[in-house]
Amino acid sequence: MNGLNAAMKTFPGGKHIEGHKQLTRNEPICAMPLPAQVIIPLSQHTGSICEPLVKKGDKVKAGTKIGQGNGVVSSTVHASVSGTVNNISDYNHPVLGSCPAVIIDSDGKDENDAQVKERSGIAELSKEELLAIIKDSGIVGLGGAAFPTQVKLNPPRPVDTLIINGVECEPYLTCDFRLMLERTNELLQGIQLIQKIVNVQKVFIGIEEDKQEAVLQLRNRIMEKKRRFEVVALKAKYPQGAEKQLIKAVVGREVPPGKLPFDVGVIVVNVGTAVAVYEAVCLGKPLYERIVTVTGRIVKKPANLKVRLGTRFSDIIAFCEGTKEPLGKIIMGGPMMGLAQFTDDVPVIKGTSGILMLAKDEIKDFTETPCIRCGRCVNVCPVRMLPYALSLCVESKSFEQALQYNPRDCMECGACAYVCPAKRRIVESIRLIKAVVK
Amino acid sequence: MSEERAMTLSMTSSPHIRFPETTSRIMWTVFFCLIPSGIVSVYVFGLSTLWIIITAVLGAVATEYGCGLMAGGKNTISDGSAALTGLLLAYNLPPQAPLWMVFIGAFIAIVFSKVLFGGLGFNIFNPALIGRVFLMASFPVLMTRWPAPFRVDAVTAATPLAVFKDSFQGTNVLSQADIINYSYRDLFLGFRGGCIGEGCVAALLLGAVYLLIRGYISWQIPVSFIGTVAVFSWLFSGKDGIAGGDFILHILSGGLVLGAFYMATDYVTSPITKTGQLIFGFGCGLITGVIRLWGGYPEGVSYSILLMNILVPLLDKFIVPRRFGELK
Repeated sequence: MNGLNAAMKTFPGGKHIEGHKQLTRNEPICAMPLPAQVIIPLSQHTGSICEPLVKKGDKVKAGTKIGQGNGVVSSTVHASVSGTVNNISDYNHPVLGSCPAVIIDSDGKDENDAQVKERSGIAELSKEELLAIIKDSGIVGLGGAAFPTQVKLNPPRPVDTLIINGVECEPYLTCDFRLMLERTNELLQGIQLIQKIVNVQKVFIGIEEDKQEAVLQLRNRIMEKKRRFEVVALKAKYPQGAEKQLIKAVVGREVPPGKLPFDVGVIVVNVGTAVAVYEAVCLGKPLYERIVTVTGRIVKKPANLKVRLGTRFSDIIAFCEGTKEPLGKIIMGGPMMGLAQFTDDVPVIKGTSGILMLAKDEIKDFTETPCIRCGRCVNVCPVRMLPYALSLCVESKSFEQALQYNPRDCMECGACAYVCPAKRRIVESIRLIKAVVK
Repeated sequence: MSEERAMTLSMTSSPHIRFPETTSRIMWTVFFCLIPSGIVSVYVFGLSTLWIIITAVLGAVATEYGCGLMAGGKNTISDGSAALTGLLLAYNLPPQAPLWMVFIGAFIAIVFSKVLFGGLGFNIFNPALIGRVFLMASFPVLMTRWPAPFRVDAVTAATPLAVFKDSFQGTNVLSQADIINYSYRDLFLGFRGGCIGEGCVAALLLGAVYLLIRGYISWQIPVSFIGTVAVFSWLFSGKDGIAGGDFILHILSGGLVLGAFYMATDYVTSPITKTGQLIFGFGCGLITGVIRLWGGYPEGVSYSILLMNILVPLLDKFIVPRRFGELK
């Protein structure tokens, strides 16, 4: 129990946000029935797009590699059901709007590819072999950024600390929480594999203190298994799960502007990614499914679903029996950084941590009023920018002037706009500056 | 999904949720936190003060509404800032100020210190204080006629700070009839001569504590402002200087509590950062102390805030938070 009640570690700034997690926090992970058709976009990650390895009419099975990327920063994609390639064409994409995708009609048999089988002799695998498996299994960061994991785990300079991110600071989302509770052993095995790859002694698991069950369960299981991982309970505050803020809270280091975590000797990996690493290495299972929190006040049956990648949002919403009130907004991800969707005919991709549905009365379109310089945005900004100043620069169209306020430090967490009493669209302003001023 | 359903989805950008707080709720909350002080004032100085308050508030709101019409129909009165300006102006006027003068003050405050700068958020000076110093400069006699408390027959009496200054500077211009010796209790409850809303420290603190708890104001400005005045007056206002001064008199008198909690904390005209706010409060306190002890007026809160308002853009330019990850 110690540490849960002691002074909680955290980062300066930020804001406690009503979590709405009770909608799904007690919903066990449940496997959704196979959809009749899946749409596998050839870009679901940061980096170059994959080249398709199949053509119309080809037979595929769950786990069959169907797309491969060139270049260092890229990944692979796999079929998530067994069946026939219906087409390869542009399709709606939750992040890119539209993207080439492999459309597969399921045969309903759900057969696995021959390569999906338990692996033996794992202890003998070298770092290079493990990285190759991760790349081949299409693993990317499942926290949302979808950065190829084999690149992240192979930094250009040595690191001394591994932080496993179980913070899940976005309101509404509970998929990581359920994963930590229900797949604790797999998670610990995944962490051990990652620890071996990055070759560090210090391993921390950061979890917000409002997820006590996960903190206690992980601590107990770590003791049973005599691992040397330290579970750090963090203050429940947004954006505690942002990489740089998590590093600051756990080891007190600040990643300089424009630098990456490895520059301060740290690698941060999401809990979902760690489990995916375990599955890829030990079970030979590529990343073709993930856990998605389907939630919102108006959702009839909110749930944590294990979903095949490529499943349409509309299929998932139908499985959750739709909504009690007319839909106002569909968001991929959480309410703070998630992306509004123009349609429910978009597929789940690797970065889809949640599908949040809001009613019309939950998305009141606020009118912007003048900035009263109250300073709330400055107090919450986790990277200590002056959000109000950037917003005023856009108002007066002084884009060059905005550069002095370091707009590129902004990770668009939205804390400033969240607290703004004048309802100013600060994040949009900063995005605009980033786009206009090259 | 059918076409028509797709059309109805909102596509606005993240964050998709907002904290339920608005500018107008902040302004109106401050407004209502000031009400108790006004009630005490009506009790102490009579109904005339109520008419002054109403005239100032309505005058400010009407002026802002009129300016909005002239600027193309933009109605900004519901944000509450004009009403708050009017109320604060009234609280900075003597209890028997003529209503025509009150209206002029409200008009000047809104037009010359707010609208002409671009409206709410763009003004450099605290509008209510601009209204007050304009009236001070234009109608010095009417602005310094102080009725004694509970004397509706308008017997005038010097304010506690005027009495202090008279003896401190050895000018002895006040007649004995003008001098009332107030107890700290009288000063705390507002039973003394002075401006309408500044007297009852108890009522002002009540509202201020609520604003602090709600996070609508932060402690930095009031604490550094009042603290500086206290230390300054303790050091220099005694008989022989350096310590021994009656700092409690200086905290409880004049417009210090009203100014430190309700006017120096005005978001628009005070610094953004906590460090900037500490410097701002310190500067306000220093100028107030200098004016009270050695300046031409018995009271210096209004001028100190206005003078420090000038420095705010500079403070906001140079006192910025250390960039995340940047070396110290």
